[in-house]
Amino acid sequence: MIRAALAALMLVAALPASAVQPDEILADGALETRAREISKELRCLVCQNQSIDDSDASLARDLRILVRDRLKAGDSDEEVVSFVVERYGDFVLLRPPFKTSTLLLWIGPALIFIAGIAGVWTWYRRRRTAVISDAAPLSDDERKRIDAILAAQDDS
Amino acid sequence: MAMRPLSLLPVGLFALLAVVFGVYLWQVGSGGKDISQIPSALIDKPVPAFDLPPIQGRTDGLKTADLQGKVALVNVWASWCPPCRAEHPVLMTLARDGVPIYGINYKDRPQDALRFLNELGNPFARIGADTDGRVSIDWGVYGYPETFVVDAQGRIRYRHVGPINPGQLDSVIRPILRKVGG
Repeated sequence: MIRAALAALMLVAALPASAVQPDEILADGALETRAREISKELRCLVCQNQSIDDSDASLARDLRILVRDRLKAGDSDEEVVSFVVERYGDFVLLRPPFKTSTLLLWIGPALIFIAGIAGVWTWYRRRRTAVISDAAPLSDDERKRIDAILAAQDDS
Repeated sequence: MAMRPLSLLPVGLFALLAVVFGVYLWQVGSGGKDISQIPSALIDKPVPAFDLPPIQGRTDGLKTADLQGKVALVNVWASWCPPCRAEHPVLMTLARDGVPIYGINYKDRPQDALRFLNELGNPFARIGADTDGRVSIDWGVYGYPETFVVDAQGRIRYRHVGPINPGQLDSVIRPILRKVGG
């Protein structure tokens, strides 16, 4: 029981691992929470598949501090994000915005899924009609043989 | 059973994907395009408003107004950055050809930066010291070195990430300088 509780505690304690250094953390808890949420949405451009919240790169650290400085100066979350996007472009957002240049990115998977469903559906439909039309009706001779076999089974 | 046109679709899709992937691979392999490079958000925009002090021990510094009135290069560099060292002869060549090059010295120790210039030569018309990296963030810099082409109106027209090698000097940088009017 104690071991299970300890294991659970360790799992929980392991979750909030991030690259934020103690000297970066703001004294104001509410601002720090907002800074963490914003940082998780911003790409580290050095590592490219990590957020600045996760990354140990020095540019990521500078951007984390920048985000906190903007918040301290009274920027809203949106203002902070657009401040960074103005400098680094949409690529800095880990969640790409929905606009014409990213349309294919957003609806592509849905399009491919629909095409797949349509393909499977037509394939099954073809196969069923093919099975029905390909089967020629029984000839009189065949019908007589089946009747004989069935009759023999009934007798036994 | 007769071949239906639709049954060729998977083969066709595969061929299409193979061609697309092949082209990208070839571009990466031949050095023509680095897909990890991201386009600058600042292309065709005015250079950011900034005012950097000189490297300690020099008297110049660099600010927005210095980049008005002529086509120029802005190079973000540091003495601790090996690719900057590799790129340095190319900058010296450009400077000899009369292209004004302005330096942003990124997070460097003054004595290291000055030694770098003394040893290898100084291609820069003016240098600003970006000790905390904030101005480089304003320029959207994420790799070092980075080089920007700024036109006579003070707008950013091109951004090159990483060192300019001698081949790219002739195939990329010089044509852009000509196009922008240098």
